[in-house]
Amino acid sequence: MSLFILIKMKGWYLMAKVTLKGLSHSYLKTQSSDADWAIRGVDIDWNDGGAYALLGPSGCGKTTLLNIISGLITPTKGDILFDDKIISGLSPVERNIAQIFQFPVIYDTMTVYDNLAFPLKNRKIPEEEIKVKVHEIAEMLELSSTLNNRASGLTADGKQKISLGRGLVRSDVNAIMFDEPLTVIDPHLKWILRSKLKELHQKINRTMIYVTHDQTEALTFADQVVVMHEGQIVQTGTPVELFEKPKHTFVGYFIGSPGMNVLPCQIKGNDVIVNGKKIETHQQIKKNNFNKTEVGVRPEFISFSNEGIPVKVLSVSNTGRHKIIDTESATGKIKIIAKSNEDIPSGSAFLKFKKEYTYTYGDSWIIE
Amino acid sequence: MNKTVNQKAWFFVIPVFVLVAFNAIIPLMTVVNYAFQETFGNNVFMWEGTRWFKQIMLSERFHASLGRQFLFTFIILFIQIPLGIGIALTMPKEGIGVPVCLVLMSMPLLIPWNVVGAMWNIFALPDIGFLGHSLNALGFDYNFTQQIGDAWFTTILMDVWHWTSLVVLLSYAGLRSIQPAYYQAAEIDGASRWAIFTKIELPKMKKVLTIAILLRFMDSFMIYTEPFVLTGGGPGNATAFLSIDLVKMALGQFDLGPAAAMSLIYFFIVLLVCWVFYTLMMRNEEKS
Repeated sequence: MSLFILIKMKGWYLMAKVTLKGLSHSYLKTQSSDADWAIRGVDIDWNDGGAYALLGPSGCGKTTLLNIISGLITPTKGDILFDDKIISGLSPVERNIAQIFQFPVIYDTMTVYDNLAFPLKNRKIPEEEIKVKVHEIAEMLELSSTLNNRASGLTADGKQKISLGRGLVRSDVNAIMFDEPLTVIDPHLKWILRSKLKELHQKINRTMIYVTHDQTEALTFADQVVVMHEGQIVQTGTPVELFEKPKHTFVGYFIGSPGMNVLPCQIKGNDVIVNGKKIETHQQIKKNNFNKTEVGVRPEFISFSNEGIPVKVLSVSNTGRHKIIDTESATGKIKIIAKSNEDIPSGSAFLKFKKEYTYTYGDSWIIE
Repeated sequence: MNKTVNQKAWFFVIPVFVLVAFNAIIPLMTVVNYAFQETFGNNVFMWEGTRWFKQIMLSERFHASLGRQFLFTFIILFIQIPLGIGIALTMPKEGIGVPVCLVLMSMPLLIPWNVVGAMWNIFALPDIGFLGHSLNALGFDYNFTQQIGDAWFTTILMDVWHWTSLVVLLSYAGLRSIQPAYYQAAEIDGASRWAIFTKIELPKMKKVLTIAILLRFMDSFMIYTEPFVLTGGGPGNATAFLSIDLVKMALGQFDLGPAAAMSLIYFFIVLLVCWVFYTLMMRNEEKS
């Protein structure tokens, strides 16, 4: 028995590296502009065993991308590789992936046990083996006590656990994909289920790809976050990288609460001018061939000073942990986060940006 | 907390009550009145107690028409429900085919009952009807006006033609309401087409199918106009279903008492079967 489990456990290390090469997809027959593509030019390398998140607003193409990986959609252009083998033409079953959907998908008429056993039964796995596997997964997901109940009687989070369990019972899946799996779960259960996912990832060490529009979910779940915007990948990185060095203004204001301040600026020679004042930024500006130049700085990295950008303080709100201050400069609003015990000047004030965290963007992309 | 006592709200119920009284309760009570009494006209009534009920319950004629009725209903349900589901499954899910199919499917439902009967009567006439003539030309000895089997065959075919669409439309609506994620999950779980049908589609269609079966049961159990126009209940009494028999008794023979009693028994059978069926189908539904 223990040897048997050991063999099965070994199966868990049969994971795959997922590579996407030049992937583009359009739901239209002919494409005339960028807007006709649901996703365009996506290149990703995901190592086996990693926890990854695809983050972006609704309609940015993340679900399309996920369905392309699982094989539910055939991409217009590009290749998908598992372990450097092209699998673009294979069906979802042949790709051997698991996918958990936005709302729980369960087979109403079956018991919890039969639901979990269903993917194995379809693959003609011997009854004995199914039994061991299902009990093991049920144990892991704390579903053991409900195994003989009808699945339709469970609560939303219980049902979502079943969906998850159906992905986990198969010992040889290449990757497990989550498509906003916590959407229908109550807030207080969300936290529990999310920790459960994280814990499961550490325990079984399988490649997990998590799609969400919720930055907290993405940042707490994943080691690497891929941020998507209008069908393109705008940045891939660890949560810290995304926070400290957004490569695109979209990443700046999509991640963080409140998001990054983005102000128009002029570039004269090597100098960056905001509101007529020269400011210091992280980068050395070497070229200026952009239609639009902007400076981005997070509210966390701005402080009041005796000199700098002149602003008018509009309002202060105290969240308990910190204060969020709304100010208005000549070229737009600037938000600042200050400690909750800090004194805030009223009326006119000057702002200073922390040089290391202030970036210049040309046509929305960071100037390197 | 004390509730305010205010009986004025009953006034709002009165119009509904009056309407229901005139179109349901009063006619029904008239029937009840006739069922327990004997009348010779001129508003002269004599109390008969349960005599008519006993007479009907023991009457071989009633047993025969009830048997024919159940057989007919069972056969058409057995054909129409699977056929309807089957057609719904093969209907297109998107594109121009959807409205085309839906309109084509609705056509038979829009034709008045007696027109359907008349159409099929002419269609099936052995000498000049397209169906009847063709069958005879093919070597079948077909004559629905004289042969019992042929009369049943034609009546059933007519009902299938007329009403399968209803099952199709309901099933199609049920199928379309299934979220695509279920199919995607099934695909990933490696489910066969048969498993998708039995584990996802049928359970998800349970409610619309319950409604479809109930509607088809009630309609076919009360069928009157179409067989009346097609066969007139004949040959002999071969296709005299309950309604046809009832009308013969009430208006043909003017046996008002037994006819009223039969009406009530008929009504209770429909009610009972529907109730039992619905309760059985819904006993496992959660209260959510």
